[in-house]
Amino acid sequence: MEKELKLMKGNEAVAEAAIRAGADGYFGYPITPQSEILEYLMEAKPYEKTGMVVLQAESELAAINMVYGGAGCGKKVMTTSSSPGISLKQEGISYIAGAELPCLIVNVVRGGPGLGTIQPAQSDYFQATKGGGHGDYHLIVLAPASVQEMADFVDLGFELAFKYRNPAMILSDGAIGQMMEKVWLSPQKERSKTVPEWATTGKTPTRERNVITSLDLDPNAQEVFNQKLIDKYNEIREEEVRYEEFQCEDAEYLFVAYGTSARVCQKSVQLAREQGIKAGLLRPITLFPFPTKKINELADKVKMMLSVEMSAGQMVEDVLLSVNGKVPIYHFGRMGGIVTAPDEVVENLKSKITGG
Amino acid sequence: MAQATGIKEIIKPENLVYKKTKLMTDNVLSYCPGCGHGTAHRIIAEIIDEEGLQSESIGICPVGCSVLLYNFMDIDWQEAAHGRAPAVATAIKRLMPEKFVFTYQGDGDLAAIGTAETIHSCNRGENILIVFINNGIYGMTGGQMAPTTLPGMKTSTSPYGRDVAMMGNPLKMTDIVATLPGTYYVTRQSVHTPANVKKTKKAIRKAVQYQKLNKGTCFVEIVSNCPSNWKMTPVQSNKWLEENMLPYYPLGDMKTPEDQPA
Repeated sequence: MEKELKLMKGNEAVAEAAIRAGADGYFGYPITPQSEILEYLMEAKPYEKTGMVVLQAESELAAINMVYGGAGCGKKVMTTSSSPGISLKQEGISYIAGAELPCLIVNVVRGGPGLGTIQPAQSDYFQATKGGGHGDYHLIVLAPASVQEMADFVDLGFELAFKYRNPAMILSDGAIGQMMEKVWLSPQKERSKTVPEWATTGKTPTRERNVITSLDLDPNAQEVFNQKLIDKYNEIREEEVRYEEFQCEDAEYLFVAYGTSARVCQKSVQLAREQGIKAGLLRPITLFPFPTKKINELADKVKMMLSVEMSAGQMVEDVLLSVNGKVPIYHFGRMGGIVTAPDEVVENLKSKITGG
Repeated sequence: MAQATGIKEIIKPENLVYKKTKLMTDNVLSYCPGCGHGTAHRIIAEIIDEEGLQSESIGICPVGCSVLLYNFMDIDWQEAAHGRAPAVATAIKRLMPEKFVFTYQGDGDLAAIGTAETIHSCNRGENILIVFINNGIYGMTGGQMAPTTLPGMKTSTSPYGRDVAMMGNPLKMTDIVATLPGTYYVTRQSVHTPANVKKTKKAIRKAVQYQKLNKGTCFVEIVSNCPSNWKMTPVQSNKWLEENMLPYYPLGDMKTPEDQPA
């Protein structure tokens, strides 16, 4: 079967891609600006076609724990929400990471803190990339910059989650969730008929009982487990870094931006170059693992980097660590649900150049 | 010496009238002497074995004294976060409708932090069994007041006795879920006497058999004791349970399939 071209919202693309990826279950709770995902799935009735379970939970807490239960059975399960809802899910996400369960979580980010705004933001970067809940853990974090990537990263997210027995997150935002673009959809995949050997599907006489837990009361054993997680995260750092370069070859000034801000900065690169400023863009596609080595290499070639984020400056800390003092690093971005404009970015860059 | 030899002569396979349940593991139970958890575990293990459900069963352990339940019973388990067992069970059962899925939860887990999950899973009529151990206290954390602590009952966080004007009355979760159309079989039992152990076993067997019909949630409350945190001997605790817990939490079926339209 061939790919199919459709015009869709980012949120709808996630929902359709989930069905086509052969997902076994979706458990969600409505919250703006991502409610279209649950609505789309309820209307599509995949349970009649592929057998995919779709359930509106009573809360985000219930939804993420349904994901825990389904993932513990070795099934391809997912949930989606937006910032305040993702905060509610953090306990469950920590348990999922602690039990080493694969699953997909989508955060269509809105401005915060608190109830904040329903407009797009990138202010959940720390929460997504540094753990988010309690304990030492990481998610695999993918940052889509288009409706196409919203769809593609569903499949990729599941693939990486199962490869590493680790929760994966698509860190999107309200702009990408709500905007419509053309998207090539993959053909329908069959749902898997097998599950991993660790899955709780009922103890048969041929194996020991399977237990899904994150509990270890023995400090020595817990530390061994923590080290195992660190080794896994280091392997992910080695193997799974993804990024996109845009006019970096001769760039003297580098924007580092992901998601919506990267879309904005593509235009900013063009505007800057029209004014004789050799700008380029490095777009991290994976936020964990972060493209640390690549950014460090680029620091040998450019004079300055500007981390452009719709936040008070979160990813800029990872850029600083990556560059390790080689060149000046600055942050620029609007907050409160305001999408930074391309010319604002260029003006800010110019002020940093003259100011520095 | 003569006496010791006598015991050895008595302990012979042909004289055994009681043995370890097949599905209970050799791990040492982590419970205090006289606690009802061990009895409740054994009943469930016996029923799963007798009904031939070992390879069909997925249990959900709670947070609380029975947090290590997965070490004691030889079936597949998932350890849930505090209060979330019914949500975990919901997904497992919906993704694998042919399996037998049950939760085992204490009163803090089920009736305080997990109230929403309990009510909503029962209201959706999830085809799971919920076993609810009610001893009116938080055991593992050292005897704090539970939602089911009796009026006037002293705990470490109600040192002068539960003041209902301040803390409300004990929550009768079993009565609440019995009112929901999603539940199929709702009963309250206890394990404080041999006769009650037998009745509880009968109730659990019924619940497990009803579960196969996929007609809604089965809910079995077991009123139990906590000698350590009640600060009593096991015998005193069972007497106290009978005299104080049972008047507030009367035993018996609250909802049976016979009550409901076919």
